[in-house]
Amino acid sequence: MSGGALWAVVVIGGVGCYLLKLAGLSVPAAWVQRPWVTRVVEFVPAALLSALVAVQAATTGNRLVLDGRLVGLAVAAVALALRAPFIVVLILAGVAGALVRVLAG
Amino acid sequence: MVRGSEWVKCAALRRGAAVTEASEGLSRVGRVPSSPARTTTLRNAVGLGVAVGLYGTAFGAAAASVGLSALQALTLSLLMFTGASQFALIGVLGAGGSALAALGSAWLLGTRNTVYGVRLVPLLSPKGALRRMATAHWVIDETTALAVAASDRGLARLAFLAGGAALFTLWNVTTFAGALGAAALGPTARAALDAVVPAAFLGLLWPRLRPAFPEAARQRLVALGGAGVALALTPVLPPGVQVISAVLAVGLAGRPRASEVTE
Repeated sequence: MSGGALWAVVVIGGVGCYLLKLAGLSVPAAWVQRPWVTRVVEFVPAALLSALVAVQAATTGNRLVLDGRLVGLAVAAVALALRAPFIVVLILAGVAGALVRVLAG
Repeated sequence: MVRGSEWVKCAALRRGAAVTEASEGLSRVGRVPSSPARTTTLRNAVGLGVAVGLYGTAFGAAAASVGLSALQALTLSLLMFTGASQFALIGVLGAGGSALAALGSAWLLGTRNTVYGVRLVPLLSPKGALRRMATAHWVIDETTALAVAASDRGLARLAFLAGGAALFTLWNVTTFAGALGAAALGPTARAALDAVVPAAFLGLLWPRLRPAFPEAARQRLVALGGAGVALALTPVLPPGVQVISAVLAVGLAGRPRASEVTE
């Protein structure tokens, strides 16, 4: 993607997210507080973030790929389960990913 | 009369509006520097800002690794200012996704800020278009959590403003620093960064899977479903579209329980 196209995505994306915030403060509460709307909104992050975890850790383009990223993710999951601070989680995942790369050549 | 004015004061206190003014008045009289509740609120806000600043560094580095310049990464943090959407945007771009897929993922994740705004209106009651527009920019997970947890409206406003200021400052400074730092990385450090990005997403997701989160079992089911849908569709859809398709997994949440409908 060219620099100009990237700028467009950055600005349009930012403005869109701002308008979503502004809508919450501006539209009648009844529009938003319908049971099915709040239901969907409550669960969208779990579905999308989890999809992003999977895609970032285990795919390249249209292929499923097993490499250091997945090892790093497993290490991060263990660290999170042990309630490690966020910075520790990231460092451990990074070290694991780098180690796999060095060992795999 | 005394009883009457006492009642008016109580009503104001119950509404929460006068609590901070009242405590400020008391502290001036008693020469107490500030009320403990305000100090605790400020400390929580700054602590949260520092913690989230670490995410900012990771975000800046990740943005640089998918080809954003440091200035673009900073602009994204300044304009969008909602972490999950920002990570989603660069995550989809990094996976080779189209601009539309990247924007769609970011906006879908941004919808929860709309619901937060509705929840915040009675607490913050921003008066006038300008104040509402300024307030809107800081409506995110963390400021909402701080404001909702406050014991009255005065503290809620303080928590929102202090938390927003700390988060906004640190998020943008660390984004820029992370992006500049990542630009100077070699191939092994790149591999490390590649492993850091999914871990950062997992860190964003994790609190929703903890037992303390409302309906944690359903959240886990939806999360598993989302990952499953995305992986299954990866070979057949253009990159990024499988991420948006994962919203189908929200169907696994089922209907709200009857008690929640009335909330």
